[in-house]
Amino acid sequence: MNDSFIQIKQISKHFGNVKAVDDVSFQIKEGEFFSLLGPSGCGKTTLLRLLAGFEYPTSGNLLLDGIDITALPPDKRPTNMVFQNYAIFPHINVEKNVQFGLRKLGLTNEEIYKRVKDVLTLVKLEGYEERFSSQLSGGQRQRVALARALVRQPKVLLLDEPLGALDKKLRDEMQLELRTLQKEIGITFVFVTHDQQEAISMSDRVAVMSEGKIQQMSSPNELYKNPQNIFVSDFIGETNFLQASTKSKEGEFINVVIEELGEFKIQNNLNISENSSEVTCSIRPETMMIDTVKSDWDICLEGEIKQTSYLGEMTKFYVKTKEIEKIITVSSQYFDNQSFRDNKCFISINLNDISLLYKK
Amino acid sequence: MLQAWKSLYAKSDPAKAFSLLSPALILVTLAMLVPMTLMLSFSFFTQISFTEIDYSFTIQRYIDFFQKNLLVSLLIKSVKISFIVTLVTLLTAYPVCYYIAFYVKKNKMLWLVLLTLPFWTSYLLRVFSWKIILGTKGVINSSLINAGLLSEPLTFLMYSETAVIITLTHAWAAFALLPLYVSLDKIDFSLIEAARDLGLSRLETFWKITLPLSLPGIIGAILIIFIPTVGDYVTPALLGGTDGRMLSNMIQAYFGKVNNLPLGAASATIMLITVAIVTIIVSYTTKKLSQRIS
Repeated sequence: MNDSFIQIKQISKHFGNVKAVDDVSFQIKEGEFFSLLGPSGCGKTTLLRLLAGFEYPTSGNLLLDGIDITALPPDKRPTNMVFQNYAIFPHINVEKNVQFGLRKLGLTNEEIYKRVKDVLTLVKLEGYEERFSSQLSGGQRQRVALARALVRQPKVLLLDEPLGALDKKLRDEMQLELRTLQKEIGITFVFVTHDQQEAISMSDRVAVMSEGKIQQMSSPNELYKNPQNIFVSDFIGETNFLQASTKSKEGEFINVVIEELGEFKIQNNLNISENSSEVTCSIRPETMMIDTVKSDWDICLEGEIKQTSYLGEMTKFYVKTKEIEKIITVSSQYFDNQSFRDNKCFISINLNDISLLYKK
Repeated sequence: MLQAWKSLYAKSDPAKAFSLLSPALILVTLAMLVPMTLMLSFSFFTQISFTEIDYSFTIQRYIDFFQKNLLVSLLIKSVKISFIVTLVTLLTAYPVCYYIAFYVKKNKMLWLVLLTLPFWTSYLLRVFSWKIILGTKGVINSSLINAGLLSEPLTFLMYSETAVIITLTHAWAAFALLPLYVSLDKIDFSLIEAARDLGLSRLETFWKITLPLSLPGIIGAILIIFIPTVGDYVTPALLGGTDGRMLSNMIQAYFGKVNNLPLGAASATIMLITVAIVTIIVSYTTKKLSQRIS
C-alpha cells in the first residue's frame, strides 16, 4: 500500500480575505477511509473541492498517485464525488444517471451494461433502473449518487457529508454499509463530515479541522483518548475542562496544581519539561463515578446535582461542587435522578483519567 | 341560512376557485372572447359595397386569402421575420441569463433591473429612436461616412426587413430574459459540477445538463417573443418600408382604408391558426429534441 497516495503540499485557498484552507500539508494512504472532520466553515469542504477540482488552490500542490493534479480540471482527475445533496440529474432515470460517467471511458456497450448492473447490485438498487430522482427516497438517492461515482472505478472517492440528510436510523445503517463497501472494493475514501460520531465510527484516520488548519490527525481511538488541544478535546465527545499549572517533572509524571483542587501527580502526556506552564486538564464524563456515598478514588468531591437528563441507555448529571462550578458526568443504568436524596452526591475521579492539553 | 351558505362555500373548492378567478374571467370574456367571436363571424361574411355587408355564411374569404399571392407571401414573411427575431433574441439573451444565474453572486436583481432599463420608455419611442440610429443620415451611416469607411450611406439599414428584425429583437429581448433567467437560476449548480466530475467537458456539460434543464425557459421565451412579433404592425409600418411589410399591416388596412372587414377578419383568423400551429410544433419538437439529447 502506498502511504503517500494523496499528497497535499502546503495547500492554501483564500476567498478574498478569508483563508478557507490555510497552508495545510498531509498525506492520505492508498485504500484508506480518511475523514475530514470539523464544524461548518472550517475549510473541510473547500479542501474536498480542491481535491475534486472544483476549486483551484491559491498556493500549494496536490499529488495523486505520484501525479501532480493541481491544475487539472475535474473531468481529467481520477476522482469522483458523492455530493451533499446527491446531485442526481433530474431529467434522466437512475440507469442513465449511473451510465452518465461511462460515456467518455471508451467502453463497449456490453461492458457498460455489465458495470451498471454490477454497481447497482453493489448498492442494492436492482429494479430501480427506470425510476427518476423524484420517485426515490433520500436513502435511495444516496445510493444512486454512490453508484454513479463508483461505476467509474475512481482512484479516490470523495464524499461530501453524504449522510447528513438522512434520518438517524438510516444514517447508522449507511455508516456500516459504507464502511463495509469501502473495505470490499478497496478504493480510497475521503469523507467530509461535521458529525464526530460518524467520523470516529467509520474512519481509519481522521483529520480534525478548524479555521482552515488541521488541528489533529490520527486514528479515531487516539483522537478520543489523546486529543492534542482544547479544540479537539471539546469537539470530539464531551469533556470537563479544569485550569491548571505544572510544577516539577518526575519521569513520566508531572506535578500539576489544579485550580481549587490542589496538587496532583499525573501522566505527562504532553511531555512538558518546564515548570509552571499553564495547561488545561480534561476529564471525560464517563471516566468519573457518581455515587451516593464517598469512594476511595484519587479525588472524591461532594456535590449537588443541578440538572439531569435521561438519555435512555444512560443518565447525564450536571453537578456543582464547592470547588468546581459545573461538572458533567454520566451514569449507566445504575443511578438515575431518583437515586439521590436532596440531590447530594459524590463525584470520584482517577488521576489516570486526567489528560493534559495545551492551553493555546 | 347565510351560515349554511358560508359552510357550503368553505367546503367547495370549485366555488372558491371561481370566486378567485371571476375578475379575470369577466375581463377575458369581455376583452377577448367577445371580440374574437365577432372577428370569427365576420370572416364568414361578404363585403358588398363600401358600407354594406352581406351577412350570409360563406367560406369564400378564406379561399380569397389563399388565391391572393400577396397575402400568402406576407404571411410567410411575417412568420419568417418573427422566427429570425426569436432566434436572435434567444442567442443574445441566453448567454446573459447564463452569466447572471451562475456567475453573478451578489445583486442579481439589480442586474435584471438594469437589463430591463431600456424598456421603461414607451415602445413607440424606442421604435423612433431606432429610426435615428438606422436612418440614411442616422448614427451608423453618418459615423461610418465620417470615418471614411463609406462613401454612400447603407440603404438596407432603413425601411427594410433588417430594420424590422433589429428593432423587434431589441423590443422583445427583455421578455425573453425573465423566463430564461428563471429556468437557469433554478438549476442546482452541483448538477453541473457533477457532470464535470463524471468526465464531461464544459461544452458537453452544457449540452447534456444545462440546456435540457433550461428547456422550459427556452420554450417560454420562444412563445413569448414569437406570438406577439408575428402580429406586430407598428415596427413594420414605421421602419419596414415596402420590403419590411408584414401581414398585420395588411390586416390593419383591410379594417381601415381598404374597408374589407370580412377579408381582414379571415386574414387575422388564418394568422391566429398559423401562430397556434407554430406554437404546438415548437413545444413538441423542443420536448422531443431534449429527450434525444439526454
